[in-house]
Amino acid sequence: MSKNDAVLAYVLRLADNALILAQRMVELVAAEPELEEELANANFALDFLGQARMFYTYAGELEGAGRSEDDLAFMRDGNEFRNLLLIEQPNGHFGDSIVRQYLFEAFYVHQLDALTQCNDPRIAEIAARAIKEVRYHLRHISHWLIRLGDGTDESHQRVQASLDELWRFTGEMFVNDDVDVAIRDNLAGPDLEAIAALWKRDVEGVISEATLQLPQEQWMASGGKQGRHSEHFGFLIAEMQFLQRSYPGATW
Amino acid sequence: MTEKEWPLYEVFIRSRAGLSHRHAGSVHAPDDQMALDHARDTYTRRTEGVSIWVVPSERIVASDPKETSAFFEPAEDKVYRHPTFYEIPDGVENL
Repeated sequence: MSKNDAVLAYVLRLADNALILAQRMVELVAAEPELEEELANANFALDFLGQARMFYTYAGELEGAGRSEDDLAFMRDGNEFRNLLLIEQPNGHFGDSIVRQYLFEAFYVHQLDALTQCNDPRIAEIAARAIKEVRYHLRHISHWLIRLGDGTDESHQRVQASLDELWRFTGEMFVNDDVDVAIRDNLAGPDLEAIAALWKRDVEGVISEATLQLPQEQWMASGGKQGRHSEHFGFLIAEMQFLQRSYPGATW
Repeated sequence: MTEKEWPLYEVFIRSRAGLSHRHAGSVHAPDDQMALDHARDTYTRRTEGVSIWVVPSERIVASDPKETSAFFEPAEDKVYRHPTFYEIPDGVENL
């Protein structure tokens, strides 16, 4: 794999993670339990959408085939997306969404932190902007996780179930493949083993403060980074891409 | 399950260093730290602030509208309390 191919593949993964999570969060707009949380969710979704746009624009330039951010977001098929399986999991109830968000952002913040130091100035610049947003998301989301876990019997039970259910999607974040290795070696990018240790430390801290149990070691699902997605993904893509597929180039 | 409303907090925002905090509005939140989060997400989305205070609304002690005449009207005829009777000497810039 050439250096440019690896950077392109990596930037698309970053973009896809941000876009697909934004899409999941947008599904929750007007459905949050409280007005204040409604605003927080929509703000966060827009943060991710903004990050996705910056990454897609750069990916389009790296590819050099004249594809715009919209082409990459709305005109690729499901198996061309490289987002993590964790991110595409359905919103479920409030606790499910909070746990999904927390487990990912606890990883993403360290990924971005490493990327601010990498040798690709464009990626480093986007990461430096994004990490400020993600640090705040983490603060807010971990507040929620702690309150749900250390809340009522019902909230504790339900959020523990969310954690147990989503845990099997966390392993994929730390599985090195050709692209991850190329980014680490050629760009001085993130070292996934080091990030796994930081993630584990942070997650254990919050889970313990939330009086929740860390799920047991178990089989981990993977495939998202290679374009093999879960059964939910087709529906998400269909809804997200409908307008551009039916009315290509539509603007307003 | 009983529906219980979160307590109300008043939000004060300092828009720039050097200015004082001003009342921006209110938010509902389950506790103090979440009130700060909610205030940030509700009132500083358009770079309105550099500092936020939140205060439980029930902790604010307010004057009673029925006492307005006793509270405020006695000051109305005390014009001498306004520093308007002084001649400002030429050359004094910051008074």
